[in-house]
Amino acid sequence: MSILIFADQAQGKIKKSALEAVQYGAKVAEQLGTTATALVLGPVESAELETLGYYGAQKVLHASDARLHEVETTVYTKIIAEAAGKEGSKVIIFPSNFDGKALAPRLSARLKAGLVAGAISYPDTSNGFVVKKNVFSGKAFANVNITSEVKIIAIMPNTFAISAGTNKATVEAFTPAINDADFKVKVIRTETVSGEVPLTEAEIIVSGGRGMKGPENWGMLEDLAKALGAATASSRPVADAGWRPHHEHVGQTGLTVRPNLYVAIGISGAIQHLAGVNGSKVIVVINKDPEAPFFKAADYGIVGDAFDVVPKLTEAVKKYKQQ
Amino acid sequence: MKILVCISKTPDTTAKIAFTDNNTKFNEAGVQFIINPYDEWYALVRALELKETVGADVHLVTVGGADCDPIIRKALALGGDESFRINAESADSFYVASQIAAFAKDKQYDIIFTGKETIDYNGSVIGGMVAELLALPFVSIAAKFDLSGTVATINREIEGGEEICEVSLPVVVSCQKGMAEARIPNMRGIMAARTKPLTVVEPVATETLTSVVSFELPPAKAGVKLISADNVDELVKLLHEEAKVI
Ligand SMILES: Cc1cc2nc3c(=O)[nH]c(=O)nc-3n(C[C@H](O)[C@H](O)[C@H](O)COP(=O)(O)OP(=O)(O)OC[C@H]3O[C@@H](n4cnc5c(N)ncnc54)[C@H](O)[C@@H]3O)c2cc1C
Ligand SMILES: Nc1ncnc2c1ncn2[C@@H]1O[C@H](COP(=O)(O)O)[C@@H](O)[C@H]1O
Repeated sequence: MSILIFADQAQGKIKKSALEAVQYGAKVAEQLGTTATALVLGPVESAELETLGYYGAQKVLHASDARLHEVETTVYTKIIAEAAGKEGSKVIIFPSNFDGKALAPRLSARLKAGLVAGAISYPDTSNGFVVKKNVFSGKAFANVNITSEVKIIAIMPNTFAISAGTNKATVEAFTPAINDADFKVKVIRTETVSGEVPLTEAEIIVSGGRGMKGPENWGMLEDLAKALGAATASSRPVADAGWRPHHEHVGQTGLTVRPNLYVAIGISGAIQHLAGVNGSKVIVVINKDPEAPFFKAADYGIVGDAFDVVPKLTEAVKKYKQQ
Repeated sequence: MKILVCISKTPDTTAKIAFTDNNTKFNEAGVQFIINPYDEWYALVRALELKETVGADVHLVTVGGADCDPIIRKALALGGDESFRINAESADSFYVASQIAAFAKDKQYDIIFTGKETIDYNGSVIGGMVAELLALPFVSIAAKFDLSGTVATINREIEGGEEICEVSLPVVVSCQKGMAEARIPNMRGIMAARTKPLTVVEPVATETLTSVVSFELPPAKAGVKLISADNVDELVKLLHEEAKVI
């Protein structure tokens, strides 16, 4: 048996969260005394496939069929199940990104394989097969035992740091049994903001709230974000008011993010906002109200007017980067 | 057209999270329960909008004990037509999905809506499992759902954007923000809900695949380090030298 890792791609490039899954899978393989096989579906350059070895995969199964360019859950599930059968996999790893959320539950029901989605630990096999996950929107963790024979873990993005080695993986062409009728959902087009790091993968995020007063003031946050190499986000009222696009809204009803650094500017820190950001490694809060609840969740804080502090901070970051 | 909306009961978003019984049970003392926000604001309201625009019977299903009844009544007050409670504690996701699938199997629903995720268990898995168990297409984490005859056009969230896809009904869709505008129940709805059917259905025998061993609270934060607004260089230095994030 080999551990099977589903490594998803977008536009022919393997996602960062997929690399995290590969390395996680390789560590689990080591833990269980077995090997790691990554599965890649859709057209991807073979040079990129080999490099999955840098993250610990011994083998890469690749189905290059152009119809697999985008995720179709019925077809993909069928293929992943076939690959798992071929590899005799008892443990299957997904990134818990948008593709993982679409696919892991389907596969779980198909294989009757228990699933922990949003995992934040390696399995503890000292008494069962226990994996830790976020619950209550990041306000607590649950230790979940997977009791079925086949087990699926979908790991939380930006939780397991990756480092590349130098071993290349063996790439094996894989031709799963699928036909046109299996493709039920057809993608007509994709609308993504090109050139930007997706928020869920960003290492640094600069986020603004209602304290920014209006969309015309976002230039200031964008300058800071640019200086830090960060992505931008917002609180919910900001998205609701149309100041910023909806896909930037973080929190209970928006995205859950776990960057290394989250800079919150003019955001009060309501519990529903914290739910989406409390997994961040370091939180900096800039708010003019010393009583803002966000300070309780922060590592560093500046009590002050954003319109004064943010431009100064941007300059300080630029100065530091030049050194 | 028949639409099934999966409704779950969750603690209010501001509820204090604590555990009892040696950290194996959520402490419900003093906790207010609500309809899971994604189920109410997006899945249910989009179903009601479709009912108003193209005509549909909106059925609600929940897996849970009698303590879920007030939640279902509220969903009925918002405008659901009929409701079903599968009388079982939700043991694990596969168990819940199996109950919903067994219930929906012969009822010819055109659309099954779930929320994106429950705000207590944060699984985001029930929809995909139900789709697989019923061999239906599935679109996850949808921000928009339009119908033209029996073909649905759905915006699915992906990293940094959306994928616009097309699928013939029947389909299972998990719903998030963007699907609909939240509503509040009115007096007429609340009165009408009292007489709408709430049928209790006995569960089918199914296995569970996972079990929660224990809960934990995250370690407390060390406390915030405040830096003067006139000394932003100090913040940059701390982020570099102490926090090591830049
Ligand atoms: C079920 C539910 C789900 C929700 N989901 C989300 C969610 O996903 N995400 C989310 O963000 N919210 C969510 N909310 C809303 C949440 O409760 C808060 O209302 C919201 O987060 C507040 O946004 P804010 O901090 O931008 O605005 P406000 O609460 O208005 O705070 C603005 C802050 O800016 C500060 N400020 C003002 N001027 C300045 C200045 N010049 N310089 C510096 N600071 C300044 C103020 O002191 C204040 O702290 C949800 C609510 C509910 C009930
Ligand atoms: N006990 C339940 N009864 C009915 N529907 C549920 C139940 N639990 C979850 N769901 C539905 O499945 C969605 C996703 O839940 P989860 O996979 O637990 O995050 C929810 O938003 C609900 O629509």
